[in-house]
Amino acid sequence: MEKRGAGLETELRLGLPGGEVEKNEKKRVFEEFDGCEDKAAVHKNQVVGWPPVAAFRRKNSFNGGKMYVKVSMDGAPFLRKVDLSMHKGYSELVRALEDLFGCFGIGEALKEDEENNEFVPIYEDKDGDWMLLGDVPWEMFANSCKRLRMMKRADANGVGLHAKDLLKGFSKED
Amino acid sequence: MCLFQSVMNYLPKEVLEHVFDFLTSHHDRNAVSLVCESWYGVERFSREKVFIGNCYAVNPERLIDRFPRLRSLTLKGKPHFADFNLVPDGWGGHVYPWIEAMAKSGINLEELRLKRMVVSDESLELLAKSFPNFKSLVLVSCEGFTTDGLAAIASNCRLLRELDLQENEVDDRKGQWLSCFPESCTSLVSLNFACLKGEVNVAALERLVARCPNLRSLRLNHTVPVEVLQKILVRAPQLSDLGTGTFTHDPDSETYVKLKNAMKNCRSIRSLSGFLDVNGRCLPAIYPICTSLTSLNLSYAPGIFSNELIKLICHCKKIERLWILDTIGDKGLGVVANTCKELQELRVFPSDLYGVGNTAVTEEGLVAISAGCPKLNSILYFCQQMTNAALITVAKNCPNFIRFRLCTLNPIVPDAATNQPLDEGFGAIVQSCKRLTRLSVSGLLTDQLFLYIGMYAEQLEMLSIAFAGDSDKGMLYVLNGCKKLKKLEIRDSPFGNMALLSDMGKYETMRSLWMSSCEVTLGACKTLAEKMPRLNVEIINENEAGEDKASCDDRHRVEKMYLYRTLAGPRTDAPDFVWTL
Repeated sequence: MEKRGAGLETELRLGLPGGEVEKNEKKRVFEEFDGCEDKAAVHKNQVVGWPPVAAFRRKNSFNGGKMYVKVSMDGAPFLRKVDLSMHKGYSELVRALEDLFGCFGIGEALKEDEENNEFVPIYEDKDGDWMLLGDVPWEMFANSCKRLRMMKRADANGVGLHAKDLLKGFSKED
Repeated sequence: MCLFQSVMNYLPKEVLEHVFDFLTSHHDRNAVSLVCESWYGVERFSREKVFIGNCYAVNPERLIDRFPRLRSLTLKGKPHFADFNLVPDGWGGHVYPWIEAMAKSGINLEELRLKRMVVSDESLELLAKSFPNFKSLVLVSCEGFTTDGLAAIASNCRLLRELDLQENEVDDRKGQWLSCFPESCTSLVSLNFACLKGEVNVAALERLVARCPNLRSLRLNHTVPVEVLQKILVRAPQLSDLGTGTFTHDPDSETYVKLKNAMKNCRSIRSLSGFLDVNGRCLPAIYPICTSLTSLNLSYAPGIFSNELIKLICHCKKIERLWILDTIGDKGLGVVANTCKELQELRVFPSDLYGVGNTAVTEEGLVAISAGCPKLNSILYFCQQMTNAALITVAKNCPNFIRFRLCTLNPIVPDAATNQPLDEGFGAIVQSCKRLTRLSVSGLLTDQLFLYIGMYAEQLEMLSIAFAGDSDKGMLYVLNGCKKLKKLEIRDSPFGNMALLSDMGKYETMRSLWMSSCEVTLGACKTLAEKMPRLNVEIINENEAGEDKASCDDRHRVEKMYLYRTLAGPRTDAPDFVWTL
């Protein structure tokens, strides 16, 4: 059975003279919803309260509270998965990542308090943007992280990333 | 006047009261009280159970004044869309004033059932201490209390029979609330703490279960391990409703074997839920009880894979109520259709809200169910896609729907086969299902659907609309056509002032109207409020607090409006962001 996409781009305009149209337009714009592509990347506008699943159920039933996300590391032949709900903060997560990829030398790379850290941890959020780990509170991060990536620092150069500052911040959390 | 009429006029009050005792439904009691003054009087002194669908429709004092013999009160607070985060925190729905008023008036309260209300620990403490015969507390989708409040209930309600907590937001203080049930408490019939996050004292739990021989319903939370479940089942084989905690264990272990045996001994279990955190390989332990199950809720168990679900379902031939996740798939629904011939109510929830969602169900599953389950009368179905053809088939197969709620994950998705609106499909449903009282629609929908609803949905009491319709006409069709409409909730639809103001008297025949992100303006809401003093027209305004109400342009669209009929006047506990016009 082939699932067809909606192929619909709908902007329900309100057309009031001089009224506050902008605010609501955002909620009504649904981009093309093609079943073949990554829907998460396409469906950018998260509408409040849709689908209408009760808040309690949202918090408690999805993945049994577990939040498994894929972790990729540049250069590694396969990906791993980590359960974000098992960690209470960034430092715990970083330790878990080190365990996962230890055999690829990541442990040393992150531990070293130098600017030669080989990898920079980034994550893809609900909007499909790639973010540096550590800027937002842990809870906020855990709820919006869809996947993690250990990016080669070389690829990130010139963007002003300071991984060692990042890790300094993590250890304060303990 | 005929003989019968004159006899009825002179029947002594005791006889009337005795006759009224047989009237159990609120609807019947309400009707009887309207016949004449004498019947009104007899009815109000004999009424023990009262249902108030909107806590702001009437004052506690008025309730107590009319029904002094009140023993059981049911109250509902926030509007339904509060479930989906459309109502800001602090909106209201406090139970305290009710408990306080009843306590002061010496009401002999025995039962309190609350939905979507704010329940503070102070309320629970006052409740526990004010009513010596208090027996039953049921809280559904409430918030504002902690386990300290539960401890007060446990400690003080000597005759407590029922403590049923469903899907509440409870602050777990990690205290020992369960241990607060005194040794003298042996009257428990129903205990449900599935929604609590924290650990309970399992030894106290086991002792409690052991000393309550009438315990029929027990729902545990996720902190209660399988070992404890097994011990509890040994102590309480008479249970008829069980909610497991976690259900993960090594299927090769001794505990698991003991659990299987304990389950076999529980021959009365008819309702099963829980499986919060589950290992699918442990499910065979419950196969023996599946054969007599009438109600099964696996909607909080995303860890069960489709094939395991299917194997489980095959044992459940007597199921009447089934709540599951869409991980079951269309294929699994086909199995349900072939197996569960007694099925009356089905709810299929989405398992993947944000992600790629390849596990969702489609119109195929729904059609299969409609074809295989002749007794189906209530459905909530979250699906990836839908077609008119499927809905028309479903309407033909199942003319008995009382509740029909369909939710497409993309709110404006058209017919997956023809790209047309889903008007014809839903239209077929309302035309065929003459007893439909509740309807939720979604997908691409035009005014045409609402014409059908107005024409055919004669028994409709509650209607939920989102992202649908083209113009005011849509809403007008509904308001003019659905004579029994009680609750109308609309979001993100192009209905405006003309529809809102066309029949203002209609709203006094309804419980409430919710409109958010529609096209009604402030001016129209003000007009309505002015003309209809027995309605509270409330605007929820979440902009900066500093905004001056007077400077708000009447032409501005109102983001959220909630109006309801009331005898209590504007409410006195409204927060800053709620303006009663």
